[in-house]
Amino acid sequence: MSHTPFILAAYAASAVVLLWAALSPVIQRRSLLRELRARKQHMDNKT
Amino acid sequence: MNPIVLFFHKTGSPPWFYRFAGKLLPWLWTACILIAAAGLYLALFASPPDYQQGESVRIMYLHVPAAWMSMMIYGFMAIMGFIALVWRIRIMEVLLISSAPIGAAFTLIALVTGSLWGRPTWGTYWVWDARLTSELVLLFLYFGVMALYSAYDEPRKAARAASLLAIVGAVNLPIIHYSVEWWNTLHQGSSVSASGSSIHPSMLWPLLLMVIAGKLYYAGSLLNRARLRLLQQDRRKRWVQEVISEDQV
Repeated sequence: MSHTPFILAAYAASAVVLLWAALSPVIQRRSLLRELRARKQHMDNKT
Repeated sequence: MNPIVLFFHKTGSPPWFYRFAGKLLPWLWTACILIAAAGLYLALFASPPDYQQGESVRIMYLHVPAAWMSMMIYGFMAIMGFIALVWRIRIMEVLLISSAPIGAAFTLIALVTGSLWGRPTWGTYWVWDARLTSELVLLFLYFGVMALYSAYDEPRKAARAASLLAIVGAVNLPIIHYSVEWWNTLHQGSSVSASGSSIHPSMLWPLLLMVIAGKLYYAGSLLNRARLRLLQQDRRKRWVQEVISEDQV
């Protein structure tokens, strides 16, 4: 039995999970900061 | 004041923590990527195949660090939960709940890679053996902590409930660790312990590098998640307005 597909699957699955876990908070924080900045600008323009 | 005590006092302040973590993150990620690259090179190209497992031993360089991290993170969560419950330190609550998805990710990796290693080595993807089952219970405990936290609207109440579950769930950690000694399992015993290792240095080094990379990954990912959670919870506070003005993305 060739072990290569099992090794590749293990490394690929780990890469996907680790990349998701590392990048999702960064993306969410950027979008939250963008939203907060837009709200602040809106409030500043009102006053 | 003693500088170490002063440092811990400062860490309790969300604005200070947010900025300090922001400065630390690039260093953590750089170290993590460099060490992981060295570990992966040794694991995939420089280390020899095992005399029994053959090439499938290369999965161990992911599986073992992930399994260790899954237990270590839960242990940290239990300690942070205890501190959060006793001393009501908010940053500990934030760190606890930010740790849960990272711990769940490592547990999932340990289970999936173990399963992919088991097929060519044991002839099966899964057996209801004590080590595998207790690790699966750990994954459910992580999900439980996250679900319980999400069930409350008020973050401090949610954190208290999650802390309690984290502490109670820690009873599973010695079960996972000693399962291979207490029960007759298919899973082999430990090859690395505090008293030494039975692994050849050509295989031990990539394993240790991957373990260090795993710890750095946890630190980096934890700080990223904690910063996000602090921003979400304090979005109406003045320090967040200052952060927006400083343009710290």
